[in-house]
Amino acid sequence: MSEQAHTSAAHHDPFVAHQFNDRAQQAEAISLGMWAFLVQEILFFGGLFTGYTVYRSYYPDSFIAGSHHLDIFWGGLNTVVLIGSSLTMAMAVWAAQNSKKSQLVLFLILTLVLGSIFLGVKVIEYTDKFTHHLIPGWDFAWAEPHGHPKHVQIFYSFYFAMTGMHALHMIIGAGIIIPLIIMAMRGKFHKDYYAPIEVFGLYWHFVDIVWIFLFPLLYLIGRH
Amino acid sequence: MIGKFAFWPDLASSFAWKVDAIYILIILVTVLVSLGVYAAIVSFVIKYKRKSEDEIPEQIEGNLPLEILWSVIPLGLVLAMFGWGAVLFFELSTPPAEAINFSVVGKQWMWKVQHPSGKREINELHVPIGQPIRLTITSEDVLHSFYIPAFRAKMDAVPGRYTTSWFEPSKAGEYHIFCAEYCGTKHSMMIGRVVVMEPAQYEQWLKTGGATAVNTGETPEMAGARLFQEQRCMTCHQTNGIMAPVLQGLYGKEIELQGGQKVLFDEAYIRESILNPTAKITAGYQPVMPTFQGQVTEDAIMQLIAYIKSLAGAPGAHAATSPPTETKPVEPQATEGQAASPSTETPAVVTPPADDAQPNAGTDTPAAQPDEPQADGTDSSKEETM
Amino acid sequence: MSAVAVPKHEEAPVLEIPSRTYLNDGYSIKSWLLTLDHKRIAILYAVAIAIFFLMGASFALMIRLELLTPGGDLMEAETYNKMFTMHGLIMIFFVLIPSIPAILGNFLIPLMIGARDVAFPRLNLMSWYIFMIGGTFVLTAALFGGVDTGWTFYTPYSSVYANSNVILTAGGAFITGFSSILTGLNFIVTIHTMRAPGMTWFRLPLFIWAHYATSLIQVLATPVIAITLLLLILERGLGLGIFNPNLGGDPILFQHLFWFYSHPAVYIMILPGMGVISEMIACVARRRIFGYSFVAFSSLGIAIIGFFVWGHHMYVSGQSVYAGMVFSLITMLVAIPSAIKTFNWTATLYKGSISYESPMYFTVGFLGLFVIGGVTGLFLATMGLDIHMHDTYFVVAHFHYIMVGGEIMAFMGGLHFWWPKITGRCYPEFWGKISATLIFLGFNLTFFPQFIVGYIGMPRRYHTYPPEMQIFNVMSTGGAFVLGIGYLLPFIYFLWSLKYGKVAGPNPWRAKGLEWENTTSPPPTENFASTPIVTEEAYEYTHLPEAHVVRASTH
Repeated sequence: MSEQAHTSAAHHDPFVAHQFNDRAQQAEAISLGMWAFLVQEILFFGGLFTGYTVYRSYYPDSFIAGSHHLDIFWGGLNTVVLIGSSLTMAMAVWAAQNSKKSQLVLFLILTLVLGSIFLGVKVIEYTDKFTHHLIPGWDFAWAEPHGHPKHVQIFYSFYFAMTGMHALHMIIGAGIIIPLIIMAMRGKFHKDYYAPIEVFGLYWHFVDIVWIFLFPLLYLIGRH
Repeated sequence: MIGKFAFWPDLASSFAWKVDAIYILIILVTVLVSLGVYAAIVSFVIKYKRKSEDEIPEQIEGNLPLEILWSVIPLGLVLAMFGWGAVLFFELSTPPAEAINFSVVGKQWMWKVQHPSGKREINELHVPIGQPIRLTITSEDVLHSFYIPAFRAKMDAVPGRYTTSWFEPSKAGEYHIFCAEYCGTKHSMMIGRVVVMEPAQYEQWLKTGGATAVNTGETPEMAGARLFQEQRCMTCHQTNGIMAPVLQGLYGKEIELQGGQKVLFDEAYIRESILNPTAKITAGYQPVMPTFQGQVTEDAIMQLIAYIKSLAGAPGAHAATSPPTETKPVEPQATEGQAASPSTETPAVVTPPADDAQPNAGTDTPAAQPDEPQADGTDSSKEETM
Repeated sequence: MSAVAVPKHEEAPVLEIPSRTYLNDGYSIKSWLLTLDHKRIAILYAVAIAIFFLMGASFALMIRLELLTPGGDLMEAETYNKMFTMHGLIMIFFVLIPSIPAILGNFLIPLMIGARDVAFPRLNLMSWYIFMIGGTFVLTAALFGGVDTGWTFYTPYSSVYANSNVILTAGGAFITGFSSILTGLNFIVTIHTMRAPGMTWFRLPLFIWAHYATSLIQVLATPVIAITLLLLILERGLGLGIFNPNLGGDPILFQHLFWFYSHPAVYIMILPGMGVISEMIACVARRRIFGYSFVAFSSLGIAIIGFFVWGHHMYVSGQSVYAGMVFSLITMLVAIPSAIKTFNWTATLYKGSISYESPMYFTVGFLGLFVIGGVTGLFLATMGLDIHMHDTYFVVAHFHYIMVGGEIMAFMGGLHFWWPKITGRCYPEFWGKISATLIFLGFNLTFFPQFIVGYIGMPRRYHTYPPEMQIFNVMSTGGAFVLGIGYLLPFIYFLWSLKYGKVAGPNPWRAKGLEWENTTSPPPTENFASTPIVTEEAYEYTHLPEAHVVRASTH
């Protein structure tokens, strides 16, 4: 029996946590963990999408009427902004993989800025809804000729639940990107160790993809 | 039978034996298989008891033919169970054409039953032997479930929609009615009894009634006709089809909506149109019908439906253009004791139905109840708002 | 423990607790509450779950006492409704779902695969804290008067009409769900990426396969109940109309969303037990499990098929007949993998060398009870029959046979089996067997009459019932007391064994498996002196391990 402890080498590598044998195993584990987490998130949003689909089939006119009150300009702008932030995030991963520290920091900061713009636009949109009495459970009122108030309220319930949950994920993402920026500025990421950037990139792309589904479903119903 | 101890529920409906038959057969199959497994386990455990501390038994990896055998045989057995169960379920869900319609409305914590003759009961259901009976069931508040073990019949009462159940009573006696979907504090007190009688006795009972049943003198169709007047429906729903679709002969037909979709003009559609009239508007008409939510109870809606079902005669305009194009004669659903009143006839109103004021039903007021239909829909002759 | 005979050709070694174990690696509260060691986290879960189990069992006792008599004479209807609701909530979310994975899974998975820890130890600790926070919410709700909606929270009763602490309780369940998700995620990544050299997928113990399948369900299904509970909370708090028919909502949509999780959840509540049984049978019979790959794949099969059967809870809800038929057919299919396992376990006993120690008692008890639980599921899956049986005590009996007769019995058996490894001590064997026997007999007396009274027509969740049904309820309550004693005994002798129990040594059962052969009892914090290298299949009983030897690698 000639096997010796593999553990001692791992204990001395500061970039490898104690439970892992080497960087390769650690990177594989972190990546798989993030994928598993994202699959779970798909199911989480899936419940909302299911409910939305059911009620849209029950009350198509009210959903169309409710949707027309959403501003395509802001929604479209947000879509562009978010896709842009996915681009900058992908560039950040590339920069980390190639040990380009200043570009990494730049792209991470750009991603944060674009994400913040997205959230700012959401504030504008939500404020507009508040002014027009379109927040369910809070002074909701609908006096338009098309759409039944109760059913339009259901539309807006899903609008806020879905975009709100999405925005929450963006806020969490923005929160995580800040320490990543700081660590990047300190030179912690390079071609031999960039797993956190890559894995965060997965998360950020996922949040982007959710929006790409939300936007047409909520904003583009019945528009030609 | 209520009060009588037994190991087995009574069989008091025409299909109860079918349910018991599948039950007993599945018991036999599963007991056989289980006993086989148990016998194997017990005999192995005894026969192969460890004889010495260092004993190592023969290592057997597996046996593919055996694996296939004990996968395929159980698969066959369960598929047979599925097939038989599905066929039986279909039968238990499909009332025969000659079934007469009772309506059942559940609310915390009582059952309100309406006979086709107009008789109303609370927590009791008197039925004759040999007559298939279809129940149209709904709830005024939360989920309930109307369950008669002796009939092997059960169906949830869902607020906001209709469900149906049916049975044909076959044995005289008194049997339990239970609520079988948890509905709050007095769920286990939301019980009653079904009294199955010989047909002659049932006729007698219809006339003279029991202690808690009320003879309103109105069949559901008559009550519906009266409501149609009181709620001013006939103001718009006339036979010229100008302001609102003509309802004569419309029941059971497919109609076209504004968006081009087609829907069936059935009980659920009528109920929705009374409570949410702008949801599914007939093509060619404006969304001007007001909602009657809060002005009519679930019972009243069922009566209006019975009335509309009974409207025979030349079918009205229900396509996109105003002149009537429909040519098929109408066959309204056969209802016992039917009143064939056309829409404009004023029915003879006897006594207003005594509604939920009945005793012996827990009437604890539940918590927040936004927009629930009012308990009393009989004296509302409100101006309609156009 | 009586029967560990040391082979005569060697001197009997004096067994001692090892000097360095995970238990003495720090004694402070901080070393426990901030531990990253999967074994300590398992102990944290064990203590919490034991307390939740006692609470849930107390509620069960109150239910059975009330049901001794037909009238509602012990407590008010509203109180009774809260009793069965809290019983269900606590037992399902805080005992059954976490128990085997969070306790035995956490402790054993890294050991069984030859790893130093799970993939994400900090996430593991966080899972425990999330679990405790969720539990605190529910306990707070209990202190404020509980909740009376039934653990199923059906709308619109729960969202509009109930007068009890729905938001607090649903919030607690929501939070605890994340504990389940993160544990499942941790196990999936651990099993994929941290197996020791030579530990290929098909050399894994079946306990690992079972937990892998369970983890898949935890990760995929739990988010759906999370969002459903969130919508319920929003609806109740803000008066939205999502499930309220008066506002255009659909109460049946709630049922679909709820059962989409809760049906797979019941497989979370049996698959780990099946994994335990595989391990115990292999050891007790000294045999490789018959049809290893069939058992492994059947775990995956149950997990996958289990996602497509939820509508069998809704045959009489107003769901379409045709949808019901699809669900019924697929439900019949999901029974087959369980049957395959049962036959394979039985075949493993054939020509085995079967020891008569307490794990064997628990295993045989499990088989007896699980078979009844499983076949009674077939009755309920049969649509025409389910009309009569739905929401009666027949259903109650069925799921208790599987969850208690199956999972809890397996859990107790697993505790008895791995207790020496976890604590380094043996409990008195005699009392272990008594406990298993009392549990088996008490369980049958409690729940078998419920099949009968359920077919007679006694509905679930009934505070009062017709007098002619009393005899069955009296039998059931009597059985519950016997069952209760069966569960209380282990608390006593397990605790006793910690101080006075015989020292176990590394492998008192002489079982195969890295956790038995390659490390001490209890193990050190880092699990293994050196990473094992696996060269043989699982359950390779052709080479019987020694009771007191720790190997550096497999043979």
